[in-house]
Amino acid sequence: MSTSDYERHAYDVVVIGAGGAGLRAAIAANDAGARTAIVCKSLLGKAHTVMAEGGIAAAMGNVWSDDGWQVHFRDTMRGGKMLNNWRMAQLHAQEAPGRVLELEEWGALFDRTPEGLISQRDFGGHRFARLAHVGDRTGLEMIRTLQQHAVALGIDVFMECTITDLLKDARAGDGADGAISGAFGYWRESGRFIVFESPTVVLATGGIGKSYQVTSNSWEYTGDGHALALRAGASLINMEFVQFHPTGMVWPPSVKGILVTESVRGDGGVLRNSEGTRFMFDYIPEYFKAETADSEAEADRWYTDKSNNRRPPELLPRDEVARAINSEIKAGRGSPHGGVFLDIASRRDAAYVRKRLPSMYHQFKELADVDITAEAMEVGPTCHYVMGGVEVDAESAASIVPGLYAAGEVAGGMHGSNRLGGNSLSDLLVFGRRAGLNAAYHAQRIEGQRPAVDDDAVRVAADHAVAPFTEAAADRGDENPYTLQRELQDSMQELVGIIRTDEELSQAQKRLDELERRGQHLAVEGHRQYNPGWHLALDLPNMLLVSRCIAVAARERTESRGGHTREDFPATDDHWGTINLALTLDDQGNVVLNRQPLPQLPEDLQPLFDKG
Amino acid sequence: MAYELSMRIWRGDRDGGDLTDYSVEVEEGEVVLDAIHRVQATQAGDMAVRWNCKAGKCGSCSAEVNGRPRLMCMTRLSDFEPTETITVTPMRAFPVVRDLVTDVSYNYEKARELPSFAPGPPDADGKRRMMQPDVERGQEFRKCIECFLCQDTCHVVRDHDENKPAFAGPRFFLRFAELDMHPLDTHDRRSLAQGAAGLGMCNITKCCTEVCPEGIHITDNAIIPMKERVADRKYDPLVWLGNKIGRRDTRTEP
Repeated sequence: MSTSDYERHAYDVVVIGAGGAGLRAAIAANDAGARTAIVCKSLLGKAHTVMAEGGIAAAMGNVWSDDGWQVHFRDTMRGGKMLNNWRMAQLHAQEAPGRVLELEEWGALFDRTPEGLISQRDFGGHRFARLAHVGDRTGLEMIRTLQQHAVALGIDVFMECTITDLLKDARAGDGADGAISGAFGYWRESGRFIVFESPTVVLATGGIGKSYQVTSNSWEYTGDGHALALRAGASLINMEFVQFHPTGMVWPPSVKGILVTESVRGDGGVLRNSEGTRFMFDYIPEYFKAETADSEAEADRWYTDKSNNRRPPELLPRDEVARAINSEIKAGRGSPHGGVFLDIASRRDAAYVRKRLPSMYHQFKELADVDITAEAMEVGPTCHYVMGGVEVDAESAASIVPGLYAAGEVAGGMHGSNRLGGNSLSDLLVFGRRAGLNAAYHAQRIEGQRPAVDDDAVRVAADHAVAPFTEAAADRGDENPYTLQRELQDSMQELVGIIRTDEELSQAQKRLDELERRGQHLAVEGHRQYNPGWHLALDLPNMLLVSRCIAVAARERTESRGGHTREDFPATDDHWGTINLALTLDDQGNVVLNRQPLPQLPEDLQPLFDKG
Repeated sequence: MAYELSMRIWRGDRDGGDLTDYSVEVEEGEVVLDAIHRVQATQAGDMAVRWNCKAGKCGSCSAEVNGRPRLMCMTRLSDFEPTETITVTPMRAFPVVRDLVTDVSYNYEKARELPSFAPGPPDADGKRRMMQPDVERGQEFRKCIECFLCQDTCHVVRDHDENKPAFAGPRFFLRFAELDMHPLDTHDRRSLAQGAAGLGMCNITKCCTEVCPEGIHITDNAIIPMKERVADRKYDPLVWLGNKIGRRDTRTEP
């Protein structure tokens, strides 16, 4: 079959991913007049955003009028241990309220304050109650609102369609060299190939969590966007920073890793060890001492009087809480199934819990036989989010590859070394919109001189995609993709987890070498029609590449900061606080690491960080 | 506590298929989707199944377990005897694509036919105010995870493909009701619900409510109130007279 026989579509903007960032990007591109397509691996409305529970952080000041973008900006930077791209964090804090209000214009039904405005709840690391929410199913509300709005606008959606390669202009010289010209993929249902001709691609593919054994992430989180970007010549930053959410379910096995929202703590829940001690008071770091309560009495008063009391230590940023839980379990003070206790039953009445946390109530009742209004939950850390991602321009979300944009979890920089809860949903909206708009503008600017899709590249992509079948047919391949994935997950969990050492990271790289070698010989049974084994075989190289990036960067950064903790370098080092680790691929496909200076906070914003 | 579970899983495609027997080791505390995944990873790498969140939040893994429409991720093995054979088949109301995956595009087409949210102007200060009890009615319906089990079980379309063009189904009656009860919405979708969406074809047997994994009271809180509002409009003599002499409802049909 000649490549010209493949199904082809021409667009101005192709958005890969249909979670919050992808949908918001597509809506923005469409609003800017671009012919826009959304391409997603699952059905529309099933993306990982749907799993977000607690809320969208936005300094609207509906509950605490002292809140404003400056406070939100400061919280975000301090939560990320100052390694954030300051301009992204500033834009995010400034634009988030507008983006939330926009959702209301499109039909979202947020919980209300007594005055009828959007209610806002407490979360870790946030000075004020600022998360707009709908019970504990905020992500569902957000994705449904964006999905319904995108449908109303008539944006084309290619569901259950996986992009395996980005296409670039192969013409030499004339400035177009190396620019994005489209994307290549396959329909999951039929296995047929599809070619998009487009001068811009917005990556909104989410994260990488499926490379870990215990994760809150779904099968889709295989680091596709990270890998596509690298292979197209873009750079990744901050890949050493992986967020382990402190509270995932630990039992029963069917739900190990499933998220338990931070709202449980925001709404009054506390963490206890097997001795009944509220242990977080023993883990308050120097960095947050001035703003954290040092007695249970003060912590408990804070929920109703924020002016005269400091925040409970259970609401420290996620990296701090996850490490503390990890230490308690290691010290032998864990719960029966290897977690710690999260208790809201003894702190709030049953009606309040059911009203504020209906999904959690349902989830524990249905899957663990635990009534959270009557007994404590068992929780432990779960791989939840990657701070690292495609290096982008703060204003435009553009990568260094002309025509390639990234927004949401797949983009890096915004969250520094650790993301605050609630800042993800707002990130999706703020930078999804910016990416969509700027991609549309770019397409308009180069109208008339669009890069052309290179037929040779399409042919290579097609050959590559069917390789697992030819390996099987030629009897060369005997590696089961499911087995390989499992081994990768075990390796990353064991060697590149919450606590890392040079020895383990070097071992991880050796294991990755071996897995990559075996990954050359993946074989799949059956045919191309809706074949999950084949789909996994095509996702696996992305997972391996991204895992490599994490291991390489983690070994290089010889300090502990945010979502990167080194047992052999436990201190946070000021020198490292000025450095980003950037990763690219060389011509042979090897990962190349570079140290580059972190953009410096301008002087006019410095005073925000001077007061304690 | 591990034991060997006997399963019968429907394997096939548009051209037909059959139940295939599998025996798979499972553990205490697992759900049907875990067993399916283990079969896939160890015995049938190409077995097609949809899933995403594995926590009852995304509505992807809908299927029929022992003939009953269920989310596989929320169906615990402990609900069955260890010696019992568990049979898993694809949703019956939709055309099979392969194995447990069905073509649910019917639902996405119906979603496109529905006029979207259309708010009135904001308050004088530019803000929008809604009271909590007023948003709660719509919030119940917006818990819907679009698993389409209600559509699958609804007898109007379950074995009657011919009704599909004229019938949007419970999931979309829910959406009609949600928009109708939205404090800010200005459209009147009543005659559309009754006409093009086929609300009148529903004879409130409540099957949809029974299978809803979110526990939404689809029949009592959405369909019946919608039917009543449609009836008000159709049979209220004042509305009839108003329409006759040219006065319009302040809310206009799209």
